[in-house]
Amino acid sequence: MAAGACDTVCASRLTPSRTGLIMSLSSEDVAKIAHLARLGVNAEDLQSYAGELSKILDLVDQLQAADTAGITPMAHPLDAVQRLRPDAVTESDQREAAQACAPVTQDGLYLVPRVVE
Amino acid sequence: MHDLGVAALARGLQDGTFSAEELARHFLDRIGRLDPALNAVITVAPEERVLESARAADQARSAGSAHALAGIPLLHKDIFCTRTLRTTCGSRMLEQFVSPYDAEVVERCRTAGMVMLGKTNMDEFAMGSSNETSYYGQVANPWDTDRVPGGSSGGSASAVAARLAPLATGTDTGGSIRQPAALCGITGLKPTYGLVSRWGMIAFASSLDQAGPLAPSAEDCALLLGAMAGFDEKDSTSVRRDAEDYPAALTQPLSGLRVGLPKEYLADGLDDAVRNAVTEVVRFYESQGASVQEVSLPHSHLAVPAYYVIAPAECSSNLSRFDGVRFGHRCENPDNLEDLYKRTRAEGFGPEVKRRIMIGAYALSAGYYDAYYLQAQKTRRLIQQDFVQAFEQVDLLVAPTTPETAFRHGEKSDDPVKMYLSDINTIAANLAGLPALSMPGGFAHGLPVGVQLIGNYFDEGRLLAAAHAWQQESDFHARIPEAFQ
Repeated sequence: MAAGACDTVCASRLTPSRTGLIMSLSSEDVAKIAHLARLGVNAEDLQSYAGELSKILDLVDQLQAADTAGITPMAHPLDAVQRLRPDAVTESDQREAAQACAPVTQDGLYLVPRVVE
Repeated sequence: MHDLGVAALARGLQDGTFSAEELARHFLDRIGRLDPALNAVITVAPEERVLESARAADQARSAGSAHALAGIPLLHKDIFCTRTLRTTCGSRMLEQFVSPYDAEVVERCRTAGMVMLGKTNMDEFAMGSSNETSYYGQVANPWDTDRVPGGSSGGSASAVAARLAPLATGTDTGGSIRQPAALCGITGLKPTYGLVSRWGMIAFASSLDQAGPLAPSAEDCALLLGAMAGFDEKDSTSVRRDAEDYPAALTQPLSGLRVGLPKEYLADGLDDAVRNAVTEVVRFYESQGASVQEVSLPHSHLAVPAYYVIAPAECSSNLSRFDGVRFGHRCENPDNLEDLYKRTRAEGFGPEVKRRIMIGAYALSAGYYDAYYLQAQKTRRLIQQDFVQAFEQVDLLVAPTTPETAFRHGEKSDDPVKMYLSDINTIAANLAGLPALSMPGGFAHGLPVGVQLIGNYFDEGRLLAAAHAWQQESDFHARIPEAFQ
């Protein structure tokens, strides 16, 4: 799922607190986040998600107090770098096997609702 | 046969005391009779297929060409893809999913001649600490079926504790092998990040996920780890290094071992029974000639907050593949593509998975990346540096696996943050990528207490040896809950 331009706009519409971070999400915020994640959430569940997600953000807010000036972010525990391999064909065509687990296919293609009107 | 360790089972198979077929029938029968009380197994392999692979192991043994583990039955956590059985990952999303390939771990166990009995229950997509988030129902702890087995590898831990299988595989992203091993009274090891292939293991948080063994004893874990570990070209984070003989490493002496007690893990508020178990283990190591000193891991309090940014961020990215198009659940009659995505994911995922996806999507969204994800990754480095400094002074750390023993079903399920704190002692090893195991350290009010050993990178052999030595002295790991004897 590609994130469109709208997503950036939607995210920036989340209302930041004084510290620049949101510690308490509203139902509206949850609806926007759910959209970013392409996750359907029933209107009646938005409030409870807002409460739960706010509690989780409260928990992670402790990170803001950590002094990380000059610290390099850690992407891999052993600081390993991406392994390279020769650019050679090593796999045979497994399309049928791969598509056997798809919900709907036709003539070797995955079917989705019409995207171009 | 179910009260024997793997080494004894292998001897029995080798000298013909029983056959692999008899062994497989014995454990299938136990699953059939005893699992209804536990719900530890999501899918039992068809009997004919199990017996067929058991007979193949018998033939290999009589031909003299068998691996040491040939004919030993095991259960795989339902996060490992299997061609012959569905792989649900504890989710409705993958209720009917049959993988076109086997996970590398599954493949290695099969190549060793091990007999797969089925797939174990787990928290949905490995997100949980109680096995209550599974779409396939909660799992019971065999020591008290009103209590949780821990999670996310709760089905594996419960099944092994009840001796429904001698061995099971699990995965550990923030404690998912060690915490259920502790709560169920067995031994479980999370290896160094990169030691065991993640290929075919459904991804939750890729920079933290690592597979490992669960078994009653450290000796059995050593045997299974030997079969699971090793470089795999297909996993980009797999580490290329010489294979180690873990069973042979078990007998290394404890004299001269430098043991560290991290004071932050033994602060006030810890359950007395848990503290006592740690003290007992440390006293034993001292009696065997080890030296003990207090060490400090000053950034420990930041492990849980860092984890609950990093793991959800990676999960929101990993789980974006479940879109109703290529595999898994798809909603009925979608209006358009967006409706297809949204309803498929609304129907396929449970509440905990949705919470984590949303936290991750939020933490990674424009304008928040630096404050959340980047800050968490920097904090992760601080946590790792704590360990690096500690391991300049000591060889291994002894700490509680969990702050308390198994809790009751429903006790924490309505408060996500309370649940997250069950993993307060296990998360740091994942963030640092270090190996860590949990072993039974005692009992309190009839419930098992786990003690955790954390080692330096690739020091699995030393961890297993230290646990093995303790298990020569104690019998907690060999106890079987009364209703499952």
